[in-house]
Amino acid sequence: MRSEYKLIFERSHEGRRAYDLPKCDAPDATDRIPESMRAAEPLRLPELGEVDLVRHFTNLSRRNFGVDNGFYPLGSCTMKYNPKINEELAPMFEDVHPLLAPEMAQGCLALMADMEHMLCEICGMDAFTLQPAAGAHGELTGLMHIRAYHEHRGDLERKVIIVPDAAHGTNPASAAMAGFKVKEIKSAPDGGVDLDALRAAVGPDTAGLMLTNPSTLGLFERNIKEIAKIVHEAGGLLYYDGANLNAIMGIVRPGDMGFDVMHINLHKTFSTPHGGGGPGSGPVGVKSHLIPFMPVPRIEQKDGLLTLNYDKPDSIGKIKSFYGNFGVIAKAYCYIRSLGAAGLKEASENAVLNANYIMNKLRGVYEIPHDRTCMHECVVTPGELMNYGVNTSDIAKALIDRGYHPPTIYFPLIVHEAMMIEPTESESRETLDEFIEAMKDIAEQVKVDAAAIHAAPVTTPVGRPDEVTAARKPIVKYEPETV
Amino acid sequence: MRSYVPNTEKERMEMLADIGMSSMDELFKDIPADLKLDRPLDLPEPMSEMELRDLIRGFVYMNEEGGPLFRGAGAYRHYIPSVIPQLVMRSEFYTAYTPYQAEMSQGMLQSLFEYQTVICRLTGLDAANASVYDGATAAAEAMLMLRDNKRKKKILYSAALNPDVITVMHTYGHCAGLELVEIPVTDKGVSDIEAIRSNMEGAAGYIGANPNYYGNLEPMDEIAEAVHAANGLLVAYVNPITLGVIKRPADYGADIAIGDGQPLGIPLSFGGPYVGFMAATKKLMRNLPGRIAGETRDAEGNRVFVLTLQAREQHIRREMASSNICSNQMLCAIMASMYCCVMGPNGMREVAEQNIAKAHLLADKLTRIEGVKLRWPETPFFNEFVIDVDNAAEISKALENYSITGGLVLKDGGMLWCATETNSVDEFDFVCDIIQDTIDSMGGDE
Repeated sequence: MRSEYKLIFERSHEGRRAYDLPKCDAPDATDRIPESMRAAEPLRLPELGEVDLVRHFTNLSRRNFGVDNGFYPLGSCTMKYNPKINEELAPMFEDVHPLLAPEMAQGCLALMADMEHMLCEICGMDAFTLQPAAGAHGELTGLMHIRAYHEHRGDLERKVIIVPDAAHGTNPASAAMAGFKVKEIKSAPDGGVDLDALRAAVGPDTAGLMLTNPSTLGLFERNIKEIAKIVHEAGGLLYYDGANLNAIMGIVRPGDMGFDVMHINLHKTFSTPHGGGGPGSGPVGVKSHLIPFMPVPRIEQKDGLLTLNYDKPDSIGKIKSFYGNFGVIAKAYCYIRSLGAAGLKEASENAVLNANYIMNKLRGVYEIPHDRTCMHECVVTPGELMNYGVNTSDIAKALIDRGYHPPTIYFPLIVHEAMMIEPTESESRETLDEFIEAMKDIAEQVKVDAAAIHAAPVTTPVGRPDEVTAARKPIVKYEPETV
Repeated sequence: MRSYVPNTEKERMEMLADIGMSSMDELFKDIPADLKLDRPLDLPEPMSEMELRDLIRGFVYMNEEGGPLFRGAGAYRHYIPSVIPQLVMRSEFYTAYTPYQAEMSQGMLQSLFEYQTVICRLTGLDAANASVYDGATAAAEAMLMLRDNKRKKKILYSAALNPDVITVMHTYGHCAGLELVEIPVTDKGVSDIEAIRSNMEGAAGYIGANPNYYGNLEPMDEIAEAVHAANGLLVAYVNPITLGVIKRPADYGADIAIGDGQPLGIPLSFGGPYVGFMAATKKLMRNLPGRIAGETRDAEGNRVFVLTLQAREQHIRREMASSNICSNQMLCAIMASMYCCVMGPNGMREVAEQNIAKAHLLADKLTRIEGVKLRWPETPFFNEFVIDVDNAAEISKALENYSITGGLVLKDGGMLWCATETNSVDEFDFVCDIIQDTIDSMGGDE
């Protein structure tokens, strides 16, 4: 199975071409640019015929794995099925320039206005901006609202964002980027926020608390009302990390739980494909007291026309060019319009059902550190299997050989050797059963032949990479002489 | 009702029974009852695929686009070779997540490594990351790289950067407590080198565009000299489509090169998704934000690609990370890489030459109209330029009546025009006729 695959640069033959352009109908004007501003050399780019280029990328794609290839229970990433109709419809807007006069782009603006409205209803918030390009970008944007809120009130000492130790790494990183100090609080033994630790952490310097609910352990934060009360009474605001929204659509809303500001990952909950790492989209929703700080422009209705209003003196400004990842937003819009209220609730219910089904079937084979009804994902560990000298990473690699993308591993950090399994609602019972069998099969193999598990994966084109050398002597681009 | 849940109602009930539950509600018993939504969400009725298609077509018809376009200002209509949209629709690519499991993600990781190599070759620099959200956020991240590398909070930037880029830099800069100093534009339409020299003291570096927002090519050699003389770092914000002909950032000594990769095979899509690229010298590699693909070996010695230098990133460093970025614009990065590989060295040169040829002919034709003047006639430009004309708004409106999107009307009343390989000389003549008629009719009113 092992095979290296040539880089596109290694397939280049001088003079070959895969492009053609019409003959230029304007006279050459290159000499109107001074020679001192022109490059002396041609670009060092590969030259291939079209068929060889197409085969290169087609065969590269065969060395990759997506949701369309198989089960992808990557916890916290909500790798649900990406409906094909959405891929077909969103490109209909591909040729719309973002700086058309608003009168000429009413369709795009109407779709966005409609989307903002629907997200408000789903989340119980008062207004949404679609500008952030991803979840972490949404976090940063949301935190900028919190900062602006306190600054606007002249409450300048509020410089601390409280983050539970179970939080996604993006939470503290976003808080730091928004100019806050980060105060981490320990989780309670049941995996929830430790109320005493929270009470001890809040004070006149508290700007806010970032919380994921359901938490990164896949558990609903039962004390959410008390948490909101503690933070609000201390003068802070509550930020909702929407990474786990897929558990609660139509069931409970962040706005009703007391959150002031939140983001959504459209590429998780609302089914837009993740593209191997992006593009995503991270809309931010706020309660009314934060509306003045939202990024510009705001879409507004004026004399029967949708317009873009940049005149918002208290706005945080802009966090991205133009208005957001429109192409992604359009796909998520299609998803919501396809499913409607009942369909979204059905998705959440089945996401939670599937996760509990897996958790229950793995009980006794793997350890469940917080064994109670989970939400859309469950966290398990190898438990006693580690006595055979295997760890979570080994089990992940063994899953690859059985045709699965492994769960998220080594996260959340508060669980030793964590495996976070998020099946999503997209998976049928037999897919879950087969995965459960594979997990059990691995557990059995660990006991009789741990060496085989250490050798995994054997079915992939390459074996486990030497990551230490990769980081110590980084090679981050192709140079013929280094090969 | 449309549903992507495969399990039937009967199967769901069986699964519930299997785990000792009798209803879906039981799954949510941890949620306090008084918080639960006691009504269905108020959303439009669900739609079949056929109805959805009609709905989206309705939005498409509400737009009035598709005619000749002479507007750039940060987003450009270029020809997109058909292999690009076809290849990125390989679902092994687009339905994958970030390549955390290297062994089963070699396709994406190698594609990223190739993209980084393409960006290094476009810019002439040593290392590139696997993308950020767009050009504006690349500028914001570059600003933070300057701060981290030089341990200074003062950063100079050109007033001739795209206004969206400037706004985003200020939004991020406010939070980072940076002192951002704007370098004005001279009467030649380029950044004021004397102002750079006199403000560099205590500054980490300078961020400027080439070509700038107004389309003008900047004296980058002299700017680099001014910045480096004060021990600062130079960040060049470039339009990558220019680089087949125009000097590359490393040619004039830029330490960091950034920009928006949209012109490289990525559709306009009302402003996104695009892709921000970032490249840097070897010295600054570890200051780069976000994912980076690297080459290593497996136990058998096979070449393997992995995500590397992760000690910079949020999932390891948390609040000490160089950036909070996690998801980026991977698929768009691959489109840009594919574009450069389709075009090759000759195609990249030819497309740049065509842009120069068309834009200069358009400028010549427009300025033959009485009352239309090139604002900076002596300054070289690439595919965008500014004209001054009375009644720009009326001209813009008149063109729209013919489904033509003319140059962008600037706040100061000028018009920023753009021509690319997608515009034809016939279009130029038509546009000039409309402008002539509009000017004549305005004159007639007086």
